[in-house]
Parts: sequence; structure tokens; C-alpha cells
Amino acid sequence: MDDLFIGALIASTLRVATPLILCAMAGLLVERAGVVDIGLEGKMLFAAFAAGASGAAFGSTSLALLFAMGASVLLSWLHGFACVSHRGDQVVSGVAINILAAGLTVVLSLAWFHQGGQTPSLGNGVRLQALWPGAAVVLQGIPLIGAFVGPVIGDGLLSHNILVYVSLLLVAAVWWTLYRTRFGLRLRAVGENPHMVDAAGVSVVGLRYAALTLNGLLCGLAGSYLVLAQSAAFAPNMTAGRGFMALAAMIFGNWRPVPALLACLLFGFLDAVAIRLQGVSLPGIGEVPVQAVQALPYLLTVILLAGFIGKPAAPRALARPYLKER
Amino acid sequence: MSSPQALPRWADVFLMPVLNLAIAMAAAAVVVLFVGQNPREVMAVLVHGAFGTARGLSYTLYYATSFIFTGLAVAVAFHGGLFNIGAEGQATLGGLGTGLVAMWLSQRLPAPILLPLMLLGGALFGMAWAAVPAYLQAYRGSHVVITTIMFNFLASTLLVYLLVNHLKQAGGMAIESAPFGPAAHLPGMHEALAWLGIEWPSSPLNISLFLALLAAVGVYALLWHSRAGYRLRAVGSSEGAAAYAGINPKHQVIIAMGLSGALAGMVGMNEIAGVNGKLLLDFVGGAGFTGIAAAVMGRNHPFGIVMASVLFGALFQGGAEVSFEVPGFSRDMVVMLQGFIVLFSGAMAYVIAPWVSRVIQWFGRRSRTARDGDPVKLPEATHG
Amino acid sequence: MNVITPTPDVPTAAPAVAVRMVDISKRFGPVLANGDVNLRVLSGTVHGLVGENGAGKSTLMSVLYGFYAADSGSIEVFGKPARIRNAHEAIALGLGMVHQHFMLVDTLSAIENVMLGAEPHVLLRRADALVRARLDELMASTGLHVKLDALVGDLSVGDRQRLEILKALYRGARILILDEPTAVLTPQETEQLFAVLARLREQGTTIVLITHKLKEVMRLCDHVTVMRGGRVVHESAIAQSSIAQLAEAMVGRKVNMGRQGDAPAAVGDVVLQAQGLALRDAMKVTRLHGLDLTLRAGEIVGVAGVAGNGQSELLELLSGLRAPDAGRLQLGAESFEVGHWLDPRTARRLGLAHVPEDRHARAMVMDFAAWESAVLGYEAQPAYSRGGWMRHGRMREATAALMERFDVRPRDVSLGSAKFSGGNQQKLVLAREIGQSPRVLLVGQPTRGVDIGAIEFIHAQLRALRDAGCALLVVSSELDEILALADRVLVMNDGRITGELPINECTEARIGLLMVQEEAAA
Repeated sequence: MDDLFIGALIASTLRVATPLILCAMAGLLVERAGVVDIGLEGKMLFAAFAAGASGAAFGSTSLALLFAMGASVLLSWLHGFACVSHRGDQVVSGVAINILAAGLTVVLSLAWFHQGGQTPSLGNGVRLQALWPGAAVVLQGIPLIGAFVGPVIGDGLLSHNILVYVSLLLVAAVWWTLYRTRFGLRLRAVGENPHMVDAAGVSVVGLRYAALTLNGLLCGLAGSYLVLAQSAAFAPNMTAGRGFMALAAMIFGNWRPVPALLACLLFGFLDAVAIRLQGVSLPGIGEVPVQAVQALPYLLTVILLAGFIGKPAAPRALARPYLKER
Repeated sequence: MSSPQALPRWADVFLMPVLNLAIAMAAAAVVVLFVGQNPREVMAVLVHGAFGTARGLSYTLYYATSFIFTGLAVAVAFHGGLFNIGAEGQATLGGLGTGLVAMWLSQRLPAPILLPLMLLGGALFGMAWAAVPAYLQAYRGSHVVITTIMFNFLASTLLVYLLVNHLKQAGGMAIESAPFGPAAHLPGMHEALAWLGIEWPSSPLNISLFLALLAAVGVYALLWHSRAGYRLRAVGSSEGAAAYAGINPKHQVIIAMGLSGALAGMVGMNEIAGVNGKLLLDFVGGAGFTGIAAAVMGRNHPFGIVMASVLFGALFQGGAEVSFEVPGFSRDMVVMLQGFIVLFSGAMAYVIAPWVSRVIQWFGRRSRTARDGDPVKLPEATHG
Repeated sequence: MNVITPTPDVPTAAPAVAVRMVDISKRFGPVLANGDVNLRVLSGTVHGLVGENGAGKSTLMSVLYGFYAADSGSIEVFGKPARIRNAHEAIALGLGMVHQHFMLVDTLSAIENVMLGAEPHVLLRRADALVRARLDELMASTGLHVKLDALVGDLSVGDRQRLEILKALYRGARILILDEPTAVLTPQETEQLFAVLARLREQGTTIVLITHKLKEVMRLCDHVTVMRGGRVVHESAIAQSSIAQLAEAMVGRKVNMGRQGDAPAAVGDVVLQAQGLALRDAMKVTRLHGLDLTLRAGEIVGVAGVAGNGQSELLELLSGLRAPDAGRLQLGAESFEVGHWLDPRTARRLGLAHVPEDRHARAMVMDFAAWESAVLGYEAQPAYSRGGWMRHGRMREATAALMERFDVRPRDVSLGSAKFSGGNQQKLVLAREIGQSPRVLLVGQPTRGVDIGAIEFIHAQLRALRDAGCALLVVSSELDEILALADRVLVMNDGRITGELPINECTEARIGLLMVQEEAAA
């Protein structure tokens, strides 16, 4: 395998992982607060549509981002209304949001753009561009190590748009919030023992809605990434299960930010590798079918949940509606 | 101790679902208006498309058949206290099982023997696909919701793998198996009616509809008339009481999910044996999730599920008609309505309940809540 | 959320009376939890609040801490009249409460648990430094030591309790209320707790100790108030009291020792024998210390004692709901040991019936209609099912018959189990179990939540069952009930049987003492 290949692999990994990372962080914040979030897929999809639609309508990247985050926050608050303010089943609510988003996005897209469900392709002015497009070439020019550094670091690490780097920074931000701030401490507590938090005088509902709002913002970024960086337009069902993969990564990362990040990178890597492995015979294993690699993220998550690799550490109050009772 | 739902039984079972459906439809109507369509016109075309012609009715019932299977699957699991989101994957495996039996034996056995075997194959494959998450929940504490979601994805990749690499018809471009022999074909409704001398337009509707209705009756009998059903419902309702009665909750989890998977697996008879006559990709087409909607709307009762399935079948078929006739409309509006239904009937089911309850109490004097002044337990510091 | 400053509004020279509760009354429906209760707790003393379950002491403290509002009466804290509407107002006045069930988050550290809700800074690092400094001071001055960075999940029960006390002190509690603190402690941990409390008292903290353990009261308290039936029946300085006095006050009642003309029938063979039953719960606290028990046909054995001393666990072991850590059981002709213990199905097969203490979570399936709950545990009997199918007609008939026999109202077999009143639910459950004509009947709290009229009926049914040759074990926290029913009384305290008395030797004084005794019966 040559350096070009490695470089391309790293680049591909990061690109695929970015929406996963954003959604996984979103899910993590909310689940640590004790609310199950099956609806990541639907929120990301709706955000993608919002970004695609507003990007086409207003021709502005920032407006696209704004609308995407706003749309996603609305859905998060809907989830909160059903499950936190009232005692709705959190899983059913998530499933409802997914189905609703799948239908509503196409309905609106058809009605507004008449392009069979797709939004118009966004021009380069709206889409996110690579921050340092010439990096690979410049690095390649370095004597001696250029041939290696160029592709691997230039292509692999430096050729991305701002959202990729933002998502990595956000992992740090989420970590810092969770473990170094007062809010994070209360958030972690409310997912384990909401009664204790309530007795200490902190609003359980308030904490959960705060988490839901952050969740909406992050899912909004994830959805915008799909349309502003990956493809150029919204297409029906374009999330293709990524929301669930992000959920799996979060669980595989045991509800902790850094392990979840690593899980997202792993899943991204598997995705990047899957296509490239087609037809390639690995020593000792033979030809690996593409589907086996595609199935790995899900399989690994099941194995983790079964307790075969480490012990799953779900927040104790997860999925239980909080009832103020004495 | 939270206060029990203060709604009288008739309101809970009948009024609430109707009300929730009405709200869902109102929400959908708002969206329809918002995009410049006329809800009433859309509704008229939809209803006509679904029920107005024999062909349309057939399609409606054909869709409903798969929904009945998956809806029953979800409901059985619910009664056992579990949320089975994996009906989609279990249905996929069921189709695979049905198809494999057909591919293996369709040249060797006559239809009356082959078809039941295909049914058995589908049910067993679906059961197995549900049993693994069930086992993991019962014995290793892995949450069945997450594992079944994962198993959905594993099912579809498994199907793709098998079709692409092993089962594909040689020489063909399409990712499908070779067609099964005629013995593996489940008669279409138009064929069955033709035997009785009735003329009926051809459509995908096949006699697996009767299987679905039979399954609904069977589930009803099982849950409310059999000892196994008694135990399943006990565990689903109160694990403590079930343990007190000597019922093993772990066993019941596996039984409930196994049954659930088997029911979902019967989708194979509708789609693979009935309609397609060969194995292909994505034949389940989301029926697993519509099944959740049907179960939620039908309040987990077989009768309600059949009704809800027909409703969703009508929406799907009617929706297709509307997308032909009304410009700018697509089937996705049906998906959206489905989402609203699950949202209002499922997640927000009890948001409006207090209002409804107040209205009912305001109208009627009689309420069925227990009232004969029973002494309240003293709050004790040393309770349990 | 405002940061709670650790020094509440307390006058520096604390007045002599820390808490004064005047004529407090509180009613829950028809039940009088507190009736004109007067309590005076002197500053800087340890005040014991003693009584059986249902005596009203927990309610009184809940009123003080703001969980309930009293129906009438007034409260003064440190000489100032106070209206305490919730726990936060209580904390602001300098009250702190350590509950029986700890309010801690296992996955967080001790210091994080103390901080939560009162963090002095947005950034945890800074908050940690500030809190740690103050806690170090507190720990030094009180002698309460907890590893601040340990995860609560790793702490022992004793440590967790210390943490709860620390939490209260951190929030500036000058009056500490402890609810049955030694219920979950080992003897050594109890000693440590006493040392801490003594030191706190030296520093001027006022302590209210809710307990039924009279030995501790005698050792630690300066004053004691005894409550019974919602009222104060005794109040004195410890120096002027004796355990016997307190026990009698706690328990004493006009008991009708002569029962309606029944002489206990001739007692028959042994039907159940348990030896060495030992059990530790999930928190490694010992609940049963090697208990022995024998039941004979034709007798009612009553288990008396304050609830929470192992009675519930005993019932669970004997009915097969749980297996012990050690011990043997002989039921009829079969014997059971750790590793292959009894299970509920086998128990029923051997003729053992069980009326559980927890009606809602155990005895009935609330979502079932009465006619389905009425066969719970017996659904496999030929009377109720055949060939795997339930016989609805028979089930309904049987339920109707049970309802008739035990006067369950309303007489509607189709009514949801949850819709019956508590008393009628209890009657249905009893009807179901007694209707099996069992050889052994275990009953937990037979008349809890049952109206007066039905109590006599239920007691008569139990006696009739005994006369027919059944062996009954009745656990009840109502001593009246035990004395009315039992032929033989076992008294339990702290996971041991502290005494066994035939009914004609039971007096208030003796039973009261046994209920607080620490050693097992010789």
C-alpha cells in the first residue's frame, strides 16, 4: 500500500466520520441526561433538507447552517415535549421523528423545488470549501519526506473543510463541558439519579431541555455537513442509516466523548476500507466481502452490548420518564 | 404511586385512538395546505384510489397483509413488555428463509407440501433473528431496542451479501435469485377467486391475506385464551407479580420475541412466495416500521391492528394514486402522515388525555375510578 | 440557581430551643398521622424520637423538613417562627436531613455529590478547590472522614452515610435529622457514627435521632420523645428514663388479651422447618443472621417487630422468591438447600400459599381483570386451564365464588384489579390463597389498608384456616393484630429472632423489650 493510498484512506475516514462524530456527540449529551435518542437519523435528515433548501433559496452558507440547526432544535424540543414534559415513550417518539422527517422532507422539497425530492445543487459559494486546498502540493515539495508527508498529511489531514475540524474541536468541547463545568456535572447526575438532582434543588426538566437544545444544534451541524460538504444537495433519505451508526458509535464508546470519537473514526475507517477491499485478498483470510466490513460497526456494537468486550455503562436513569413523586 | 389513567375504558380504547388519528390527520392537512394543495381534494383522490376500484382495493389489502404480520409481531412483543423495533430485519430473514426453502425444494415437492414448508422456513428464520437479541436481553442485560436496530442493519447486509455472492441468478444483471418453480407460488387472489368463478383484476394481492387474518385470530387466542399468553402478559405487565406466580421472566422474554420474530417472518409468504416468486433486495420496504405504527394505532390488539393495517395499506395505495393524479404530490406525504400518527398515537398519546378526561368527567357523573374511602397508607420511612 | 452559602441565617448565640413544634396535626385521608404533637428540641443536644412504624415520627420530621404542610400547628426554629414549604427553605433555616435511602449518584465521586446543586463556581476545577477546602475543615472538626475522590459506588454503606451527613453539614445544617441511621450499619460502623454524633454535639450541632433502637437512645441521647398512634405518649430526659419504661411507652396499649372464646386446637406435626437462614442484600448488609423457624399444623405463628428488621426477607425466603446465602428448609417431605432452593411453583405444589406484603407489585397484576388476577400462580391447575387453554368460564365462576365468600366489593369479576379499593384487593388475594386450602400459609401484613369492618372478617378466616389444620405464619407491623391472632409469637429485631413467647405469656413490656433487644434468643 503506498502513501497515496494511506493518504486517501485517512482523508476518507475523516470525511465519513464527521457527521457521525457530530451526531454521536449530540446523542451522548442527551442520553447522559437520561433521555433515549433514537431520532438522530431523522434530525440529521431534516437538518440536511433545511440546509439544502435555505442554501438554495438564500445562497448563504451561514443561513443554511442557521436553518439547519434551527430545524433540528425544533425536532429535539418536540422530543422533549413528548417525553420530558409529558410521559411519552422515548423510543416511540424517536421512531416517530424518524418517520416524520423522512416524509416531511420530501414533501416540502417536492413542493418547493419540483426536482423529484432533491434540492437544487448548491454552488461553490455556498458549499464549504477545503481550508487549505494547496496543502498537499506544498508539502509534497518538501525535500526528502515530501513524498510521504504530502499525501499522508497534506491529503489525509489538511485537505478538509472547516466542519471536519470543528467536529473534532467539538469533541473536546463536549468533553470539557461534561467533565469540567457545573452544568456537565449536573447533566451526568440527572441521567443517573434524577431524584437526587431534584432534591438538590436543580430542575431536572431544565437540564434535560438544555441537553436537548445542544443535541439539536449538533445534529443540525451534522445534517448541514451532508449537504454543504459531502454532496451538493439534499436527496431523499440521504442519511442512509448514519444516524443509527452514530448511535452505535456512541454506545460502542460507552457514552463517553473520546471513546465515542474513536468509535466514529473506526466506523469511518471501516466504511472507507470497505469499497477499497473489494476484490483484494487479505493474507490468511482470503477475500473479504464488502458487506462483512459494512456489517462490522453493527456487529461490534452488539458484541459490546452483550458484555463481551468490556461492560456497557449506560446511564442508570436512561429511558425512564422522571416523575416527581414523594 | 402514580395515579392510574383516570379515563374510563371505552375512552381509552376507542376515543383516544380516534382522537389521536384525527389530530395526526389535521397536522398532515396543515402541511398539505402549506404546500399549496387542497387537503380535501387529496383525501378524495386517496380514498377513491384505495377503495374505489377492485384493483385499488386489492393493492390496499396486499400492503395491509405485510403490515398485519409486522404489526402483530410488534404487539406480541409489547404484551411481553418489550419493544421490538427489529420487525424489519426479522421480516427480511423470514423472506430469506421462505426463499431458501423454495429454491431448494421447488422442483422436488408439490405445492401443498412445499408451501407450508416455506411458511415454516420463513417463520423459523424470523424467530431465530429475534431470539438472539432476546437472549442477549434476558441473560446479558443488553437492551433489546438497540440490539434489534443493529440486527436490522445486519439483516439487510446479510441479504445483500447472500444475493450478490451466492444466490444470484447466473448471467443476469439484476440482484435477484432465479425464479422459483411453479410449486412455490402462492396463488394470487385473482386466481383463487377465479376458481370460485368470480372475476377479479390481477394484482399482487394473494391468499397470504387469509394467513394474516388467521394469524390475527391466532394471536388473539394465544394472548387472551391460552396459558402461555396469560404468562406472557403477566411478565409484560408486572415482573414482580409474575415472579411471585413462579413464571420465569427470562423464558418469557425469549418466547415473546421468538413469536414476534416468527410473525414478522411470515412477511416472506406475502412478498416472496406470493408476489415476487424469487428472492430480491428490499422486499420488506419499510413494513417493519409501518408495523410499529399499526401496533401503536391498534393499541396492540389484533383487531385494532388489522384495522390500522388496512388504514395504512389504504394510505399507501391511495398515496400512489394521488401521486399520479395530483401534481407535486408523492407517496412521501403518506410517510409523513404515518410519522404524525406514530407521534400522536404513540409518543404524545397521553398529552391530551388529561383534557379528554376532564371533558368526560364534566359531562358524566360516573367515573369508574375506585372511590370507596379506602384508608391511605401512612408514609413510612422504613418502606421496602 | 443560586449558590447556597454555607452559613445560613442563624443567630450566633443560638437560643436554648433549636426546634419547637407546637400542636402539629396532620391527617392523610381518614388516618391521623400526627395529633397535636408538641416537640421541643434543645440546642446542642441529641434528641431521640422513638416509636413503632406508623407512630408518626417520620411524618413529624417530614413536616419539619418541608415535605408536608401540617394541617395545624406552628413551628419555630431557633426561636423564630418558620413556615417551611419545601426542603430548600428548611435547608436555609439550618435544617439538614439524612434519609434512610441515600440520595447519591453512584458514578460520581464523593466530593461531586456534596457539591451538586451548591457548586460555588461554574468551572469544576475551581469549585472543587473551594469545596475541598471547606470539607477538609469540616472533616477535621467533626471527625467524619470520607475519601473525597472515591466513587460513591465504591463506598461502603457506612461511608455513604457519613457522606450524607457531610453533605448536610456543608450546606450549613445546625440541626441534623437522622432517620433510622443504624438500620444499615454494622456494629463497628455504628460505633463510629456515635463518635461522630457525639463530637457534633460538642460543637453545638443539634441532632434529632429517629429510631426504634432503644439501646442507642439510652446511650446517645439527652432527651427522648416517644410517639404512638400519632401522639406523644412520653417525654423525658434520658437520665430519668429506663429502657423498660421507654419500651412500654412505645408499645403499650390496652390489649384485649382474651380472644373470642377460642382455645388453640391441638397443635399437629411439623410442616415447615427452617434452619440457619442467612441473607445479605445487594449492599452486603446482613438482613438475616442465621434464623431458625418451625411451623406446626394447626397453629398461627405471629412475627412481631418493627418493619425492616428482616421480616420481609424471611417471607421471601420461605415462599421461594429468593434464595438465602446459607440455611436449610424442610417443607413437607422435601428439603432444600442453598444451590437448589425452593421456588414459588414448587412451593405451591407442596401446599404452601403466600399472601405477599406488596399487593401492587407482587400479589396481583394490576392490568389484569379480577378474574385473571384471581388465578395468579394457579393458572396451570386443571380447574383453570386444560391443554394449554384457559377456561374462562370456570375462572369467572371461581372468582365470583371467591368474591362472594370474602365479600369483595364490587362483585364484578370483569373489573380491573387496579380499580378495587386496597381493602378489597387484599380480600381477593386472601380469598385466592386461602381458597387453595393450603397446608402452610405465609401472610405479610394481612390487613394493611383494610377497613375496620373487614379486619375482623379476615382474622376470622385465618383462624378458621388454622382450625382446619393449616400452619400459618403471620408477619405484621401491627402488634395488635399479632396478639389477636397468634398462638405463638416470635419477635424479630435486626435480622434475628430475639424471643419466642406463647400467647398467654405476652405482655406489652416483654414484647416491647424483645423488639429492641440486640441479641438473638438463647
